[in-house]
Amino acid sequence: MFESLSQKLEAVFKKLRGEGKVTEANITETLREVRRVLLDADVNYKVAKDFIEKVQARAVGQEVLNSITPGQLIIKIIYDEMVKLLGESKAEIRTSNTPPTVILVAGLQGSGKTTFSAKLANFLKKKGSNPLLVAADVYRPAAIDQLMMLGKQLGIPVYVDREAGAVKIATDSIDFARKNIRDTVIIDTAGRLHVDEAMMQEVAAIKEKTSPHEILFVVDAMTGQDAVNTAKAFHDRLNFDGVVLTKLDGDSRGGAALSIRAVVQTPIKFIGVGEKLDALEPFHPDRIASRILGMGDIVTLVEKAQEQFDQVKAVKLEEKLRKSQFTLEDFLEQLHEVKKMGPLSQVLSMIPGANRIPNDVQVDDRALVRIEAMIQSMTKEERARPSMINGSRRRRIAVGSGTSVQEINRLLKQFEEMQKMMRRFSKGNMKKAMRGMRFPTG
Amino acid sequence: MALFDAWKKLKDGLSKTRDSLFGKVAQLVNSKSSIDADFLEKLEEILISADVGAGTTQTIIESIKKRVKQEGYESSGELTHLLKDELARVLQATGDAAPGALLLPEGPRPFVVMVVGVNGAGKTTTIGKLAYNYREAGYSVVVGAADTFRAAANEQLEIWAKRAGVEIIQQAHGADPGAVAFDAVSSAMAKKAEVVIIDTAGRLHTKTNLMEELKKIRRVLEKRLPGAPHEVLLVLDASTGQNALQQVKHFTEAVQVTGLVLTKLDGTAKGGIVLAISHDMQTPVKFVGVGEQIDDLQVFDRAAFVDALFEGTEIAT
Repeated sequence: MFESLSQKLEAVFKKLRGEGKVTEANITETLREVRRVLLDADVNYKVAKDFIEKVQARAVGQEVLNSITPGQLIIKIIYDEMVKLLGESKAEIRTSNTPPTVILVAGLQGSGKTTFSAKLANFLKKKGSNPLLVAADVYRPAAIDQLMMLGKQLGIPVYVDREAGAVKIATDSIDFARKNIRDTVIIDTAGRLHVDEAMMQEVAAIKEKTSPHEILFVVDAMTGQDAVNTAKAFHDRLNFDGVVLTKLDGDSRGGAALSIRAVVQTPIKFIGVGEKLDALEPFHPDRIASRILGMGDIVTLVEKAQEQFDQVKAVKLEEKLRKSQFTLEDFLEQLHEVKKMGPLSQVLSMIPGANRIPNDVQVDDRALVRIEAMIQSMTKEERARPSMINGSRRRRIAVGSGTSVQEINRLLKQFEEMQKMMRRFSKGNMKKAMRGMRFPTG
Repeated sequence: MALFDAWKKLKDGLSKTRDSLFGKVAQLVNSKSSIDADFLEKLEEILISADVGAGTTQTIIESIKKRVKQEGYESSGELTHLLKDELARVLQATGDAAPGALLLPEGPRPFVVMVVGVNGAGKTTTIGKLAYNYREAGYSVVVGAADTFRAAANEQLEIWAKRAGVEIIQQAHGADPGAVAFDAVSSAMAKKAEVVIIDTAGRLHTKTNLMEELKKIRRVLEKRLPGAPHEVLLVLDASTGQNALQQVKHFTEAVQVTGLVLTKLDGTAKGGIVLAISHDMQTPVKFVGVGEQIDDLQVFDRAAFVDALFEGTEIAT
C-alpha cells in the first residue's frame, strides 16, 4: 500500500537525471515527497512542516547544490535530522537513593499501560530489583484482576486494595513497599482521556502524593495526529520523564514518536514489541527513523548518498589535478577520506597519486596520522604553496607535529613528486591515468 | 428508547468533533469569501490534522479546486456547501447504515455478531454497550467470552454482562476460543436467544497465527450455525492514524468485516480516519463510542454525521 520513500525518491531522481543544474524546485519536489511520506506515517502535520523547513534550510546550500544527485543528499540530511530529533537511546529509569523508587505509569485508555507495567517489573526484576506492582486502576472492570494475574505469572507481588480510591492506593503502596523491602514501586494508573478534567486531576494528585522518581507516558504507536495533543496535555499535568511506545510489533510506521518528541522534550525510553512479558526493548532512534521513512531500504539509500558525495569530491579533485592546483590541503582532505574508509592496505590505491609513493616508505595507519599531524602544523599559506617552506619553517612544523625535520623533508619530496606526476596527467590522458584510482563503491 | 434517539445523541457525541475539526472549517468559511491558496492550505491542515490522511485530503482538495475552476464558487455559503458535499461524497462510499440499525434485520435467529480488533481498541467495552443496547431494544442477548488470552478478559466481560443484564458464556483462561464461540452459539440456540455477541482477543493484524485463529473462530461459528456470523464488527480507536487502513484491510481479508465501530470519540481525536477508510475501503461505520458509560454507544449515520459536522455554521441545514 505504501510506496516506500526510496521508490518515490528514485522516481524523482530519475527526472532530475540529465539536468545539469540543481534548482530550488528540484529540492522542493523531493521534499514534497518526503512530506507525504511523513504524513502517511502519522507524523503530525505541523511537526512535519517544521521538520521539512529545517531540512530545506540545511539542504539548500553549497554542499547539496554542487552534488550530482541532490535528492540523495537531501535524504541523508533528512535521516540524520530525524535521528537527531528522535534523541538518543536511553532505557534508563531514575532511581532513588532511598528506596523505594517510585515509577508512575500513565496514558490513554487502551495504550497498553497494564501490560507495560508488568513488562517493566519483569525487566527490573531481571536487573536485580525487587519491584512491587500497584493496581491503581479502580475504574476499568477487572483491571485489578488483570494486573494480579500478570504479577502471578512473573512472581512479582501486586499491591491491591479494592476498597480504596486510586490516590490512597498509590500512597499506601509505598508504605507497603517499605515494610516489605520492595525497592521499586510501579504504579499502574487507569487509562484516561486528557480532556477528562476530573481524571487528570486524579493522576496529578497521585503524582503529588507519591512524588514519583520517574513518570512514564505510555502511547500506542498506531496513534495518529492527536498524539501531540495528548502528549502535551499529559506533559503539562505530569511533566513526565519518558515515553513508552507500545504495539510496535505491528506495521504502523510510528510517526507519533517523532510528533511526541517534537512537542515534549523527553526521551522515548522503551518500546513494546509483543504481548509476551519480555517483549520490551530499549528505543533505537535510527530504527524508528528508518521505519517512519519507509522501512529498511532507507539505509541503503543513505549509503548510496554518501558514496555519491564522495564521487562528487573526486570529480572536484580531478579538476584540481588537471589545473595543477592540488595542494597539501587537498592531500589532507584525501587523508581524512581515507581514514573513513578503513584499513589502509585496501584504500591506498584509491588516493590519486598514492600509488606513486615509493615502496620503501612504510605507509601504515600510524604513518598516516603523522602525515596528518605534519600538514596540520602548517599554515594555510604553506599548505597551498609548499615551495615556501624553508628550513626554519620545517623546524617549526617538525616541533609542532612532534616529528622530525627529516620526516618533513620526505613528505614534501613525495608531495612534489605527486604534483609532477599530476602535471603529466594534465597533458591529456587523465582519464586513463585515473583508472585504478576509483573510489570505493561499498 | 436510547437507540431511537440516535440522531440527537450522535449529534451530541460529535459535538467535540465538530467543535474542533469542523468548527475550524466554519471559522475558515466565515472569514473567507473566496477560495484562495491560503484557504486550501488551511483546509488541508484541518483535514490532515484530523487523520483524514494525505491521500484522501488531496482527493477532496483536488475535487474542490476542480469544481471551483469549473463552477466558480465564491461566496462562503457556496464554499461550505461545496465542502460538505465533498465530505459527504467521500463518506458515501461506506453505504448507508439506517438510523436505528440496532434493530436486527429479518432472518434466522440467533443473530451472531463477532467483534474483532487490535489490542486496546475497546472491544470488550463496546460489547458491553452493544449488549446493553440490544437488550434495551427488547432482544435476549448472550455474550461469548472468546478472549481467553488476555489476563482477566473474562472478568472484565463478566462485569459488563452483569451491567447490561445479559448472559455470558465463558471457559477457563487459556481455553480454545473456538470452543467458547461454539458454546455461546449453542447456548443461545437452546435458549432461543436472539443475539449472540462474540468477544475475541485483541490482536495486531500482522500476526499471522493470531489471524489464523480468528479465521478458525469464524469457521466454527459458520459450522455451528450456517450463515453465522451475520455481522463482523471491527473496533477502531478514533485516535488511530493511517494504520487503521491496514487494520481494515487485513481483518477484512481474514474474517470479512461487515462494519466498523469507532471508539473513544469523546477525546480530541477527530475520527477523520472514517473519511480515509470510506475513501479507500467499502466498509460502513456502524457505531461510535463516546464515553465509558454503558449507554455511550451511538449508531453511526452518514447523513447525521455530515449534518453534525456543519451544524453551527451559516450553512447548517
